[in-house]
Amino acid sequence: MNTSDLKKLLDGISVNADWIGLREVRESTSYRIIRDDKPQANHRDETHGIMIEVLVDGQFGYYGVNSADSAMIQMAAEKAAEQAKLASKFAVHRFTEEVRPMAKGVYRSPFEKYTDAISPGDLNDLLLKACAQLKVSEKVISRTALARIVETEIKYVSTNGSDVDQKFLIISSDYTATAQDGPIIQKRTDHGLLARSYQTGMEMFDEADVMIRSRKIAEQAVELLSAEECPTGKMSMVLAPDQMMLQIHESVGHALEIDRILGDERNYAGWSFVRLNDFGKLKYGSDIMNITYDPTIPNQHASYAFDDGGMAAKKEFIIKNGLLLRGLGGKESQVRSDVQGVANFRASSWNRAPIDRMANLNLEPGDSSFDEIIGSVDRGVYMESNRSWSIDDYRNKFQFGCEYGKLIENGKLTKTVKNPNYRAITTPFWNSLKMVGNPDTFEVFGTPYCGKGEPNQVIRVGHASPVALFENIEIFGGA
Amino acid sequence: MENLFYKISEHVFGLLKEGEKLTLSFGGEESQFIRFNGAKVRQTGFVKDAGIGVELIFNNRKNNGGITFTGEFDTDMNNTTAELQRMREEIVQLPEDPYIIMPGNAGSSREDHRGELLSESEAVEKLLSPFVGVDMAGIWASGRLYRGNANSEGQKHWFATDTFSLDYSLITPTEKMVKATFAGTRWDDDDYNRFVADSIKKLDIMSLPPKKIKPGEYRTFIASSGVSNFLGMFSWGGVSEAAIQQGESAFCKMRNENLTLSPLFSFSEDFRTGTVPRFNGHGEVAPEILSLIDKGKLVNTLISSRTAREYNKESNFASGGEGLRSAVMAGGTLKEEDVLKTLGTGVYLSNLHYLNWSDQIGGRITGMTRYACFWVEDGKIVAPIENMRFDDSLYRFFGPNLEAVTEQVLMNPEVETYEGRALGGIHSPGILLSSFSLTL
Repeated sequence: MNTSDLKKLLDGISVNADWIGLREVRESTSYRIIRDDKPQANHRDETHGIMIEVLVDGQFGYYGVNSADSAMIQMAAEKAAEQAKLASKFAVHRFTEEVRPMAKGVYRSPFEKYTDAISPGDLNDLLLKACAQLKVSEKVISRTALARIVETEIKYVSTNGSDVDQKFLIISSDYTATAQDGPIIQKRTDHGLLARSYQTGMEMFDEADVMIRSRKIAEQAVELLSAEECPTGKMSMVLAPDQMMLQIHESVGHALEIDRILGDERNYAGWSFVRLNDFGKLKYGSDIMNITYDPTIPNQHASYAFDDGGMAAKKEFIIKNGLLLRGLGGKESQVRSDVQGVANFRASSWNRAPIDRMANLNLEPGDSSFDEIIGSVDRGVYMESNRSWSIDDYRNKFQFGCEYGKLIENGKLTKTVKNPNYRAITTPFWNSLKMVGNPDTFEVFGTPYCGKGEPNQVIRVGHASPVALFENIEIFGGA
Repeated sequence: MENLFYKISEHVFGLLKEGEKLTLSFGGEESQFIRFNGAKVRQTGFVKDAGIGVELIFNNRKNNGGITFTGEFDTDMNNTTAELQRMREEIVQLPEDPYIIMPGNAGSSREDHRGELLSESEAVEKLLSPFVGVDMAGIWASGRLYRGNANSEGQKHWFATDTFSLDYSLITPTEKMVKATFAGTRWDDDDYNRFVADSIKKLDIMSLPPKKIKPGEYRTFIASSGVSNFLGMFSWGGVSEAAIQQGESAFCKMRNENLTLSPLFSFSEDFRTGTVPRFNGHGEVAPEILSLIDKGKLVNTLISSRTAREYNKESNFASGGEGLRSAVMAGGTLKEEDVLKTLGTGVYLSNLHYLNWSDQIGGRITGMTRYACFWVEDGKIVAPIENMRFDDSLYRFFGPNLEAVTEQVLMNPEVETYEGRALGGIHSPGILLSSFSLTL
C-alpha cells in the first residue's frame, strides 16, 4: 500500500467528524541469535495495520485495525467517532485540529548497506565466529551473539492535508559473556542490553570490529571474577556514556514528559516531582548540565522528521546551564499545560494511540578530557554499562547498577571492581555534576525497550552523552 | 476466528514438502480501551489485532516467522503461504540446530469462556459514575482474547475468553494514593459500585499527615499485591532452568550451594485457576500443578522441551521463555484480622513498584514502596509513610526473616498490555517479615 492508497481510504470514510487521520505502520523485526555455538533464534515478525483517529466534539476516538479493507476502515471510523462523542462529555480537555498540525514530508534512515547486503546465512556465520571468539577461557560458561534488524514504515495522512512518509532501518547488536568461578558469576555485554541500537545499515556487522568487541567483552567478564567488590561509601563517581544513557533516561527524560506531569501516567509508571510552574525556574542540575532533545543526529536511534501527531521535529534545549526550560510533550500536552514542548507525541505501533515519549535526549559535551576528569578524583569509582535500574514513581529516589567498575585512586584508574551500584535523589544528584567530558568522550547509544502508557507501549529511544563526574555519591557493591 | 485459523492451517499443512514440519500459533484480541485521568477521559478507542506465528523445521534446521492476521480468508491464506515460502528460502542457509523440538500429537483441546461484558457504549458513563468528587487515574480494558495452536501432526488447541479490568489509582489532594483493580469475566453493576465505594473509603486513612521514616531495618508486612511483585521477578532470571544452567538466575544459589528458604514458603505453577491456557507456543500441555518451591526447598524449575534436550532434563512443557504462567503461592496461618496486631510496630506495605535485581546472582531485589503504605504502632495504623526504596535479598525475606504467611490468598490479575492484553495473574498471600531493609 502507498500513501495514495491511504489517501483513498481516508477519502472514502464517511463519518461526521471535525478531523480524521490515518496512520499506517508496517514493521518487521528480525532476531538472529547464536548461543554457545548453536542457533538460538532465527525469527522474523511482521506487523501491519492502520490507526484511525477521529476528532468529535473536542475528543479524539481511535480504532486500530489490522486490515486495509475499506469496509473495515469505515466501520472503525464510525466506532471511533461514536466512542469520541460518548466520551466528549467527560473529556480531560477539549481539543481542536490545532493539535494535529498539517505535516508534509519524507524521512529516511541513513545507511550504507541495506539488509540484503548480508544474507541470513552469512549473518549466522558471523555470529558463530563472534560466539567462538567469546570463549577466551573455560571459565566462560555462556556466550551469546545477537543481531536485531528492524524496518519500519510509517505513513500518515489527515483531513487537514497531512502526507508524511517515514522509513527507518534500525540495527542492534550485542555480544555477551557470562563467566563463573565457583559461586562467583559475572556477565559482560556490549555496553548494556542492546545499548548499541542505531539507525544504520548492515555496515554495523564489520567482522574485524565484531571480533575485537567480542574478545574484550569476554576478557572483562573473566577479569571481573577475580575483582574486588565495589567499595561502600560516599565518594566521587565517573559514569561512562553507556551508563549516562540510563541516567539521563530515568532521571531526566521520564521526569520531564509533560503527560506524566499532567498526571496521565499516575496509575502506571507514576507522576513526576517536576510541576508545570517549574519550567523556567527549577535549577535541575549544576551549571554545566545541558540537555537537548535532538532528533537530528543522523544515526541516533530515535531520529525522525515528524512525530505521530504531525509536529515537525527540531533540536531544542530542555535544560540549559542547569536551568529547566522546556518539557518533553507533543501538541496535546502543550495546549493542556501551556508549557513549551517538543515533537515527541509517538506511538509504539499502529495499534496504540500516541503519547509523550522522550525520543533522543542527550547531555551536551563539556570541555574536560577523560584524563582531566579521572585526574581530578582522589578516591572514587568509574562505572560502565547498565545492568540494574529502579526509580520511584516521582522520578526522585533511584538505584542503578553497572557491569564493570574501576577504582579511581589519586587521580588514576587502578583496580577493577565488581558489582558497582549507586543510589541518589534526582536534583541533588544532577547538582553534584562536577565535570562533563569533551566531544572526544561523547558516545551515542539507545534502547528499543522504553515502556510506558496505558494500554502499555514499548518504544525506541536514543541517548548520547560524554563521560561525567559526580561528587559525593552513595556507592556500594553486591550482596 | 477459530474456524478461519484452522482453515488456513489445513491449507498450509497441505503445502508442506517431504521432511518439513510446521507449527502455527495464534494470538488475538478485540479490545476497548479507556484511559482516565482526574476521573475524566484522556484517551479512548478500540484495537482489533491478531497474528499468526509460524515455526518451520526442515533438515535439522528451524526458522520462525510471524505475520498479521487480518480475518480475511484470501488475504491471510496468501500471507501465510508467502511467509512459508520466505522461510523455506531462508532455512537452507541456517546452521543446524541440535535442540529442535519436533511437533507431536498428544491430543487436542478447546476452551471457550463466554463472559458478560459491559456494553461498549455504556462503558464511559458507568465506569465514571461512582467516582464523583474523587481524583482517579486508570485504564479500562475489555473484550475477547484468543490463543490457538495447530501443527502438521494434527494437534490442535484453542482458547478464547472474555475478560475486563479497570485498573485504577485514587489520589488524595496531598498526593497519597490507593490502588485497586476490578477485573473479571461477568460484569455486574452492583458488584462494581460496591468495589469502587470500598476503595474510596480507603482514601480516608491516606489523608492522615504522612510520616517520614529513616533508612534501616524494619518489621514489615507486605500485602498480597506486593508479594505478587516478588513472584513476578522469578519469571526474569529465577525459575527458568535455562537461566540456572547459564548462570543468569537468582536461584543458582539454591541449585549450586543447596541453600534453602523458609519452610513457610511454597509456590507452584497451578493451572487449576483456569485463567490461562495450559498449552504453550508449541502446543505442549503443562502439568496441572507443578510444585516449584516446597517448604523452602527448590524441587522443580520450569523446563521447556528445548532446555530439556540441551541439558538432558525432563521437560515440564514450560513456555519458551520458561516464565511463570499461573503462579500460586501457598497461604499460611496468619489471619487477616490478626495482621496488624502480629506486626505490632513496623511498616505495612500494600504495593511495591519498579522492582529489579540489584544483584541477581545474590538474589537481591531493589524497588520502591508505593500506594497505601503505613507506619503501624502497637497494632494500629498511625500514618501513611513517604515512599521508601528497599534493597533486600529473597534469601532473607523468603528465608529466615519470613515470620508468617497470611491464610488468605488473593488473585492479582495480570493487566499488562505490551504484547496485547495479558491473561491470568498471580495468586499470593501477604507475608510478615521480622526485618526488611529500607535504604533511601
